[in-house]
Amino acid sequence: MEEAEKKAPSVTDRYYTRWYKTDMKGKPCEDHCILQHSNRICVITLAESHPILQNGRKIKSINYRISDGCSRLNNKVSGKSKRGGQFLTEFAPLCRITCTDNIEYTIFSCIRGRLLEVNEDILKQPDLLLEKPSTEGYIAVILPKLEESKSITNGLLTRQQYEEVVSKRTAQQPKPCRDQP
Amino acid sequence: MLSLKEKDSPIVRKLLDAGCCARCVLRFCCVGVTLHPPHPLSFKYSLSFLSEADGEQSHGAAEQTQTEDPPCKKLKLDSAPVGQDGSSEASAAHTEPNVQSEICVACLGVLQDFCDLSYTKQYSIMFYCFLLCIREKSMCLDKEDVVQVKDAFKWAIQGMVGKELGTPVLTNSLFEVSVGFTHPETEADCHFLATTCSDCFKPTKNKAVSALWCSHFLHYPCPPVRPASKCTPLDTTCLHTSVFIAGRYNKFSRELPQTPWVIDGERRMEGSVEELIADPLLSSFRADGFNFSSSGREDVDVRTLGNGRPFAMELLNPHRAKFNGAEVRQLQEVINASSDKIRVRDLQIVTRDAMGRMKEGEEEKTKSYSALIWTKKAITNSDLDFIANIKELKIDQKTPLRVLHRRPLAVRQRVIHSMSASYLDTHHFRLQLHTQAGTYIKEFVHGDFGRTKPNLCALMESEVDILELDVEDSVYVPLPTTLDDL
Repeated sequence: MEEAEKKAPSVTDRYYTRWYKTDMKGKPCEDHCILQHSNRICVITLAESHPILQNGRKIKSINYRISDGCSRLNNKVSGKSKRGGQFLTEFAPLCRITCTDNIEYTIFSCIRGRLLEVNEDILKQPDLLLEKPSTEGYIAVILPKLEESKSITNGLLTRQQYEEVVSKRTAQQPKPCRDQP
Repeated sequence: MLSLKEKDSPIVRKLLDAGCCARCVLRFCCVGVTLHPPHPLSFKYSLSFLSEADGEQSHGAAEQTQTEDPPCKKLKLDSAPVGQDGSSEASAAHTEPNVQSEICVACLGVLQDFCDLSYTKQYSIMFYCFLLCIREKSMCLDKEDVVQVKDAFKWAIQGMVGKELGTPVLTNSLFEVSVGFTHPETEADCHFLATTCSDCFKPTKNKAVSALWCSHFLHYPCPPVRPASKCTPLDTTCLHTSVFIAGRYNKFSRELPQTPWVIDGERRMEGSVEELIADPLLSSFRADGFNFSSSGREDVDVRTLGNGRPFAMELLNPHRAKFNGAEVRQLQEVINASSDKIRVRDLQIVTRDAMGRMKEGEEEKTKSYSALIWTKKAITNSDLDFIANIKELKIDQKTPLRVLHRRPLAVRQRVIHSMSASYLDTHHFRLQLHTQAGTYIKEFVHGDFGRTKPNLCALMESEVDILELDVEDSVYVPLPTTLDDL
């Protein structure tokens, strides 16, 4: 029987590989974490270093309408091959999140693939995103093309590389990215 | 024995002129339908009949279009160039012997040479030939009672074959021998189907033929063009009807998939339940292959305990098919001795419908499970009390992410009928569940990113995970019947 002190690997640890995209679109610290399942499905989440998750900030609104013509809420897939899902490239915006201090952040796809679903629970309960960003507060689920399932991680960092990036930041600045608009 | 009548003789004449062999003439005149198989002698008898009849009406054969047939028989006659004038009529009387040497337009030689004794060593009961369907259809529209080529073929040779093999010939036999013929020269006939009715051509060719209206066949030359060569026989194949065997299996390993786990041609994990059961059966029944079907399935890392999961297996072309009760029990022991990862019980030979019944009512069944749960927060015994009070809990499960790559995205409503918990330590307990079939237990426990609601994490107000899962009592299915344990 496992002891309480030994941390049992979570569901995420057991089935997903963590990949990271740091400083998305050049914006400091806007880090995303992509959870890649062994069946190639990817879950897009905020990395723990993302500004939204720092210092007890609160969310004012989450908007999946990214442009006049496009809302991620309208995404509908059907059938086994998930026809109809919006096809995303790495820099496709998924949603815009505005915090109570009126700073707006855009969350991006980070990988190429077909959008399967966005998390509508965080619209009703934004705290989910703050409290459980890696599980119930996920942003979206994306299905890469079969032939691209290995190459999508080419531009992404491993967990170890991500931790190196983060530790370099704290070494350079005592309070990184907090007040960045 | 022979029922060719005088009124048949104009038809007989037309058929002979079109290039039919004598057996086909008899077929089109429906001889032999109500009688015993036409005796080979009747072939000669019909020839003599024809020559007599011909003698009587040497001048009366100049009719071009409709002959006066009784209403039940109609022949579609085209203004075919094949000699219908008086001159060939007269000469036809003398060319009868030659009819045999030409290849029959209707059966492409199947009912001519291939019915001889020399060929019978290879043939037997079942016969299938597609091309001949078109040729027959065009030669006699609206005529349902013409003897089919395959029936005439069977009648002609089955007696001889039965004698050769020393076995009786039965219409419903477990052992079938297939004889095929090909005729490359007339493959173009099939293209005719594609042009007239491209919709029905795709599924199977046979369906295309029956779906076409009779009028379409007006475009097909009648009588058909005489073939230059007879058809060639393909290899004769023998097939024994499948044997069906059923039972229940237990799976004791957490590293065994139910069916072979292969990705991109690469085997990801050795062995499978299906192969462990099939291998001894394939060798005992000396079968060519198998189809495995079961009432539900379990993940690689899930054990199947309790009564076991019902399964059925079709053994293809078994060379040995008869096993008595003791021999089947012996087979069960062989399977159980071959591996400690599975166990089989209630092994029995069943009928074909057992396969279909495996999947019956999968949605309505109740399943029982046992799970080992880990909790993030420390728990006491009383923290688990509420679990026993939960009855008929409705949950909504979005397609779990772990299967979403091969299943449609949907929300499934399922019911957890009841649960009970046994405390183990501050971070572990055992959970028993009775749920509706089709419930994803693992996702109910950890929540699958919140996509299964409600879930055990929410109910326990703690992150929880499932460490082990066992299937307990399995689905009740009428077959296989439980046999007394040895």
